[in-house]
Amino acid sequence: MKPLRVSAYTAVTALGAGRSAQTSAVAELRPGLIPCDFPGAGSAGHIGRVAGLEAVRLPDALDIFDCRNHRLAWLGLHADGFIDAVRDACARHGARRVGVVVGTSTSGILTTEEGYRSRDPDTGQLPLASRFLHTHNFGALAEFVRVATGTAGPVLAISTACSSSAKAFASAARWIAAGLVDAVVVGGVDSLCGTTLHGFASLQLIAPTPCRPFDAHRDGISLGEAAAFVLVEAGPVGAGLAVLGYGESSDAHHMSAPHPEGVGAERAMRDALAAAGETRVDYVLAHGTATRNNDGVEAHAIRRVCGDACPITSVKGYTGHTLGAAGAVSAVIALGSIEHGHVPGTVNTHDVDPDCGPSIAIATRAAPVRRVLVNAFGFGGSNASLVVGVGA
Amino acid sequence: MTQPSPVLEAWIRGIGIIAPGMPDWVRARPLLEGSLPYADGPLEPGVPDMLPAAERRRAGAVIRLAVSVAQQAVRSAAVDMTGLASVFASADGDGENVHQICLALASGNPEISPTRFHNSVQNAASGYWSIATRSHAPSTTVNGLDAVFAAGLLEAMVQSAVEARDVLLVAFDLPMPEPLHALRPIPSGCAVALVLGHASAPDALARLRLRCEAPAGGVETSMNDAALERARLANPAARALPLLAAVARHESRIVHLTLDSHAVLAVEVAPRDA
Repeated sequence: MKPLRVSAYTAVTALGAGRSAQTSAVAELRPGLIPCDFPGAGSAGHIGRVAGLEAVRLPDALDIFDCRNHRLAWLGLHADGFIDAVRDACARHGARRVGVVVGTSTSGILTTEEGYRSRDPDTGQLPLASRFLHTHNFGALAEFVRVATGTAGPVLAISTACSSSAKAFASAARWIAAGLVDAVVVGGVDSLCGTTLHGFASLQLIAPTPCRPFDAHRDGISLGEAAAFVLVEAGPVGAGLAVLGYGESSDAHHMSAPHPEGVGAERAMRDALAAAGETRVDYVLAHGTATRNNDGVEAHAIRRVCGDACPITSVKGYTGHTLGAAGAVSAVIALGSIEHGHVPGTVNTHDVDPDCGPSIAIATRAAPVRRVLVNAFGFGGSNASLVVGVGA
Repeated sequence: MTQPSPVLEAWIRGIGIIAPGMPDWVRARPLLEGSLPYADGPLEPGVPDMLPAAERRRAGAVIRLAVSVAQQAVRSAAVDMTGLASVFASADGDGENVHQICLALASGNPEISPTRFHNSVQNAASGYWSIATRSHAPSTTVNGLDAVFAAGLLEAMVQSAVEARDVLLVAFDLPMPEPLHALRPIPSGCAVALVLGHASAPDALARLRLRCEAPAGGVETSMNDAALERARLANPAARALPLLAAVARHESRIVHLTLDSHAVLAVEVAPRDA
């Protein structure tokens, strides 16, 4: 594919707001997970919670969208001046030539969950009124981003569980390739809620301790929340940051377990590399959720595609598993690693599982980075891989 | 500076439809053509027999509806199912499943079964479909509220054109249970599936040319028949009816579909070799 210029990028995670908060935590190998203190979550291990969301106030014009997910999106749009970069793109291309493609897995369902706890005792009705479609529905995120930023091109909300925001890059790349738009606000936003905290607990996938991707003693995930945005544009990339390739596939195996041979994962990675015209990358930012099953299957698939020497890392120990936002969060951390010049270490991981191979990056290591393969895999066997890097 | 929107082209190679009084394309066609009068009726959701029995038991009504309509479309088209990419488009997803999860979370005992949880992802229908077809091809799930058919059609046609591959589009929604229904009333269920070929083929039913336009003056195309117009407005997936009616009548015409407050899709529907 034709490389897409990255003209702005940012994230808000448990590590803090903005690129430098992510990059410095990665450089210092500093995790962002805390013992779960989310209301009503029960015993959900550790979480990557974004501090201060409860106090965020949206402007009056956006009040109808008010929910935890959109407050998080609002913080993300304002980190690193991202929203100004979008306005600048609207001025350069015309607002109608700037689109929005964002991913989320649970949108503002937390507001609906809270509504069910305070139903009218006589009628059973929810106290949400007109807010429902602007919070609960997963399309609300795309509309929120458009209204908040002032773009006027097409918008799309993608919801394919944990691959959602990685797939948003693929759709954005196609929109630009088709000439539908000249720039796209790509991103992912997912926030903590009862559905996922209790749902992953029901699958017995939540680790009692902070998650340890690719560790021999890994015992499950830690959930997190995040907003991550990348502004991609058509036009010459030069030596700047770029999205170079994408690959998507389906496992066609099971709704919540990966294909045992990683057939879908391997296909997504190979297609992303082929689209980028690359045979090797400087490291792989794996999906690496720290479940027993997923990490082993993924590591084997990565080694088949990239060889045993290619470093493999995961950011889940820093941010928690941010579900629909995970692909965009990983893309942002990969872009930051290129600018900063390091291969991120896999925080919390000390005793690498030999089955995952010899190249799991434990400590963050300074190194020039030009190409990163980013993975995001989700329930329903939905896989997406991206290649981000610098132009030739 | 602003360029005109490009024209995207695709050929319809298979159609599935499940709507009140329209259990499949063969029986829907004369109703949409106008050669038989349309009367509302119960929704016959079909049997998603391509799903392995165990998966069929785990799937909720919305997922079964989506798989049923998708299998109608692919069975009527001479395409390789395993290579077919797919775009699933649903305005409200699985309302019954959301309702049950929210009830459990609001109770003193917030237990969610593993099956209910994995069915809660918006791409559940897409996941079951890939299992049914053993297809490793890409599949996505998109939203666009009442315009979800238009959003899915745009996504499918962009993918088909840019990647030169055939794409299955599946739009589906069922009414949600109370108390969600009161906040988002959808009167009846509907699902529509289109197999979109990236190139003309002898079996193509129609050619589509799509352009994304500013809504200035563009009014969404409605159905002339009052009962069919009620059906069109009764479910987001049923916004496809004017497009399907043009196919049924072998007409050459432009169908306008609202994409959002900023855009309409102008879809030129024409016989295959027009």
